[in-house]
Amino acid sequence: MNLQVLAQVNSFLAALVLLTAFAMLSQRKINSLVTLFAWQGLFLSINTAVVGFVASKHHLYISSLLTLSIKVILLPYILHVLVVRLKIRKDVETIVNIPTTMLIGIALVIFSYHLTAPVRQMSTLITRSTLAVALATVMIGLLMMITRKHAVTQIIGFLAMENGLFFAATSATYGMPLVVELGVALDVLIAAFIFGIFFFHISTTFDSLSVEQMESLREDT
Amino acid sequence: MISPIELSTFSVVAFIIPILFVIVIGDNRRLLIRMSFSVSALASLVSVAAGILAVAGGGIEQVVLPIGLPTLPFHLRLDELSGFFIFVVGLLSFFVSIYSVGYVGGLGAGKPVKRLIVFYNIFIAAMFMVCLADDALFFLVAWEVMAAASYFLVMFEDGRSENRRAAYIYMVMAHIGAVLILLSFGVMAGFTTGFEGYTFDAMREARFPLKWATVAFLLSFFGFAAKAGVIPFHVWLPEAHPVAPSNVSALMSGVMLKTAIYGIIRITFDIIKVFPWWWGTMVLVLGLISAVMGVLYALMQHDLKKLLAYHSVENIGIILIGIGLSMIFTSFHLPTMAALALIAGLYHTMNHAMFKGLLFMGAGAVLHATHERNMDEMGGLIHHMPWTSAFFLVGCISISALPPFNGFVSEWLTFQAFLLSPSMPIPLMKLLIPLGAALLALTGALAAACFVKVFGVIFLGNWRGHDNHAVTEAGWSMRAGMSLTSLACLCLGILPAVVIGWMDVISERLLKAKLVTTSGVYGWMWLTPVDPERASYSGPLVLIGIVAVCAVTYLLLHVKPGSISKVPVWDCGFKKLTAKMQYNAVSFSMPFRRIFGFLFDIKEQIRLAPQRGHLAFPVNSHYYLRVRDRFWGWLYRPVIDIVVLLSRKTGMLQHGRIHVYLIYSFVTIIVLLALL
Repeated sequence: MNLQVLAQVNSFLAALVLLTAFAMLSQRKINSLVTLFAWQGLFLSINTAVVGFVASKHHLYISSLLTLSIKVILLPYILHVLVVRLKIRKDVETIVNIPTTMLIGIALVIFSYHLTAPVRQMSTLITRSTLAVALATVMIGLLMMITRKHAVTQIIGFLAMENGLFFAATSATYGMPLVVELGVALDVLIAAFIFGIFFFHISTTFDSLSVEQMESLREDT
Repeated sequence: MISPIELSTFSVVAFIIPILFVIVIGDNRRLLIRMSFSVSALASLVSVAAGILAVAGGGIEQVVLPIGLPTLPFHLRLDELSGFFIFVVGLLSFFVSIYSVGYVGGLGAGKPVKRLIVFYNIFIAAMFMVCLADDALFFLVAWEVMAAASYFLVMFEDGRSENRRAAYIYMVMAHIGAVLILLSFGVMAGFTTGFEGYTFDAMREARFPLKWATVAFLLSFFGFAAKAGVIPFHVWLPEAHPVAPSNVSALMSGVMLKTAIYGIIRITFDIIKVFPWWWGTMVLVLGLISAVMGVLYALMQHDLKKLLAYHSVENIGIILIGIGLSMIFTSFHLPTMAALALIAGLYHTMNHAMFKGLLFMGAGAVLHATHERNMDEMGGLIHHMPWTSAFFLVGCISISALPPFNGFVSEWLTFQAFLLSPSMPIPLMKLLIPLGAALLALTGALAAACFVKVFGVIFLGNWRGHDNHAVTEAGWSMRAGMSLTSLACLCLGILPAVVIGWMDVISERLLKAKLVTTSGVYGWMWLTPVDPERASYSGPLVLIGIVAVCAVTYLLLHVKPGSISKVPVWDCGFKKLTAKMQYNAVSFSMPFRRIFGFLFDIKEQIRLAPQRGHLAFPVNSHYYLRVRDRFWGWLYRPVIDIVVLLSRKTGMLQHGRIHVYLIYSFVTIIVLLALL
């Protein structure tokens, strides 16, 4: 395969990652949200493998496998178990309505492209055009954390942000050193466990996983 | 032969011993109090000796300690000025430590005596360290140790919220002052050369441009003014002094305020040295305001210790008048007059330490006996506490500036500085000098009125209080402490020529001018500043005169038996005289409230309960009076309001909602990305 085709594949995968990010923004059901997150992880994993092939950086295959096992299999499984155990049947509650959130998301994508324009001109990597997508994914993850009330959706937003950062790392510099990636993967896993434990405590204390309940923890002024 | 600086360093170290006693014999309270305060008294006495020798010997001794920050060792220096202040601090600490044996021993069983002993000793040692310090670092360390120790002493009875509030106000003011002093040292250190730029020696060598000298002076002056209680920084004094134990109030009011005076003199005359005339004018004006306002506020009080606290403001004002005049005369190159004014200020510093210490000790004895701070609940104590009332009277006469006691001498010297001053080349000064003299006279008169009220209401008349529990005379150690202080007041009053001859070297060192204090064969008897033709005062002769008049009066009254007869008080036929019909503190000061009422925030209410609907025959009446400090509303309330308002506004950022916090970070990221 020539490089041109691989660049096309890379761009296509970036588009898919962005698409799943938007799909997550618009999704109302928690189970589907977890599935979408798994899909995003899958695209990320394939993209990492492709980049590893293009740049002949073989450690990227390992991180691709890591991504596959953690973000596509393990974390969705943990989240799924959480949703089942905590009996979360309701739809995702949002603070801002979904069309507005989508519009803000589009604005963020445009902003990201505008922001990375100078980088794209200077860089010589074939993956340079995907940097904007990576930044947009990070911001959309943060946007998801802001606009959702439910604690589980917030952790998914957080993990989506992490996906975006990982994507940025592979596209901007052909991946971080393997040690760093291993550490980050472990961190994400541990974070997921800690969040899981906290959710159980929060749901038993407040009878709800809506983070708005935590406002009552504030001291009165 | 041990040198004065070694002696004083030794005494500072000796203050650790009482703290060790607390650890070793902390369980035996009685023994602990006796032992620790005896050691404190002895250590103070060593300092007194060091101070006397340092001033008498003249010359400068310097020591660099091997402790301090890495490469920034502590510097000590004992010259005449610091020797004088060490003498004053040591002398009062000696008296107060003797007094404390009885005072602390008589405190209730539940009181934290160990804590009192620990911080009492740290406090005194820190005051000596302030006087000894010869670099900005050590000075500030000592200064802050002094502030912290006295904070814990003010907090002695921390169970009551008003005490905690008072201590908090004190701490805030002390910190504002310390920050200003720190900044001032920073400015001055900026003009020094060499590696050891933080030492006072380096600052003495430095040449300051006028602009920066002014900045340094103003910062340090206001920093020290916050500690000294110069109006408008006086608000902590009437709060902190009443709630501290009386021996601590005596030390705080008597000598801790004086360390600020020391700082002002050290920085102005010793480090900056050359200054324009308006600096002195500012000090003079603030001193006059403090003196007059302090005594007026004091007149309005009926809480004994609060009243004494306001008198400290007044006396700090009088000291500052002397220093301000000295600065003005220095600027106009009148060294002899400057020396006169400086010596007047320093003499008043020493006198105020003695008589204010005495008065606070007396107030402590009264408090001990009556458990009451409100003067309107006392009366007739002269019958129960003859010794205490005699000593208190000595303090009253001294502070009212009446001969033969010490207050008279220093205020007289200050007057001489006003009256002997030649005509100044600046019109403002021509106006200010006579006005200042008039205001000082007013202050003296009002102080005398105030102490007529204090003595009359507390010790004379009949008991006004509700519960009439047995009032007993103070114990031997309290009486010993007060009698020694009274003796010091008398000696300083009748032998001023000797004392001034001893401390004249300070003005010689700082201003290169001596006071001509003696003339003729009987030099020690006559105090003649500047010129014997114009003014002179002889303490011994005045004392002899007063004693003679008293003796003759006594003889005339008592020599013939039956010339004095005791009869009931004439009650105008009313037949229902009660103790409430006496003059009390509020009624005595009523004329002053009418005349100077505009200076206070007064709320006065009279409520009459009418009998059968007519006000002319009230069943009972209720009188309510509240006199407040206007400065609180003018200066402090707005500042507090602004701070609270800003905190509220900032507090609105804290919602407790995770989403809002996330939005903060989101917006921050977006803005930073867009801008950078």
